Amino acid sequence: MTEVSMLVNGRTVSGAVEGRTLLVQFLRETLGLTGTHVGCDTSQCGACTVHMDGRSVKSCSILAVQAEGSEIRTIEGLAEGNALHPVQAAFKEHHGLQCGFCTPGMIMAATDMIRRHPEGLDEATVRAELEGNICRCTGYHNIVKAILAAAETMGDGEAQAA
Amino acid sequence: MYEVNYHRAGSLDEALKLLADADDGKLIAGGQTLIPAMKTRLAAPSDLIDLRHIAELTGIAVAGRTVTIGDPHVRHMGTIGGSLANNDPAADYPAAMLALAATIVTNAREIAAADFFTGLFETALEEDEIITAVRFDAPERAGYGKFPNPASRYAMTGVFVALDGKTVRAAVTGAGDDGVFRSGELETALVTDFSPSALDGVSVPDDALMTDIHASAAYRASLIVAMAKRAVTMANG
Repeated sequence: MTEVSMLVNGRTVSGAVEGRTLLVQFLRETLGLTGTHVGCDTSQCGACTVHMDGRSVKSCSILAVQAEGSEIRTIEGLAEGNALHPVQAAFKEHHGLQCGFCTPGMIMAATDMIRRHPEGLDEATVRAELEGNICRCTGYHNIVKAILAAAETMGDGEAQAA
Repeated sequence: MYEVNYHRAGSLDEALKLLADADDGKLIAGGQTLIPAMKTRLAAPSDLIDLRHIAELTGIAVAGRTVTIGDPHVRHMGTIGGSLANNDPAADYPAAMLALAATIVTNAREIAAADFFTGLFETALEEDEIITAVRFDAPERAGYGKFPNPASRYAMTGVFVALDGKTVRAAVTGAGDDGVFRSGELETALVTDFSPSALDGVSVPDDALMTDIHASAAYRASLIVAMAKRAVTMANG
């Protein structure tokens, strides 16, 4: 067993893991952060998407020891108290989900996508960028609408702040 | 996944020593192929040597056009070196390296892309050799056309074309029995006229192409021409 330590949602956490422990197992089983889901377990569905050092990664394809010393953000770390993150609010407003299983990964992917496209997003870009996130219910339509709406809200917010 | 010992190397020398000391060590960079292979127990190394924190291996400067490949969450972790060393017959980067006539630089030597890819999941790399960089001249024009498998998003056929002066190179991935290869038929058609219509009526032999549950060799031969047209359109765009 190896002791690992990392910053998760702004809090320093540590725990003993095996070499083969996946980051998603550490998050869910050691830290109890079960918002991050395991969908396919074959690296394709993206339900386990979290941010590592600010960029979206699949936590089922990374060992916990590889994340040693890094900064992790999960779906639990997005809202500010009771105020939903703009992407979470947009998914609620536009009903960007049905069963909800893929939603944490979709939202973590969307927040990273919006960050990487400060020039704004269009539908084709959003659909292309969602290549690594699979939804089996919605047909993606409302997910795309929610991401476009959130990108607009967040862009406006930055413009006002500037 | 079987139990594995993890080591984080701080330098190339340390990585080489850790690799030499391990029973059955594997180098890991992004791990976007190796970790899934270990989860299904297709790979079971005794030790993993992590290259992600070696300063000498970062900062590859690539000039020229940007090629967008696949899933962003995988791209954030995956590395070009890892993809080349693994040489999956359906990976994207081997086609790019071959069409760009790239040089693969290792801790020991420099290898031309044409000599590097030697078969399915096989390369010219020795057991104790680590890719440290890739180098190529940005071509005048280049493009990539890919027909992704609907589930895995790996190339069922991908064609990378590059035009440089009077030279055209067209490399095909996802289709060959022995992995990535250059297509003389495509290159001959494109060298006189670098346009999608130059490929009308061109046919590629299917005797050395893969047949599997996803596609027959004949279908892949047809995809090669169709994806080459898309690649040329992208290059000319």
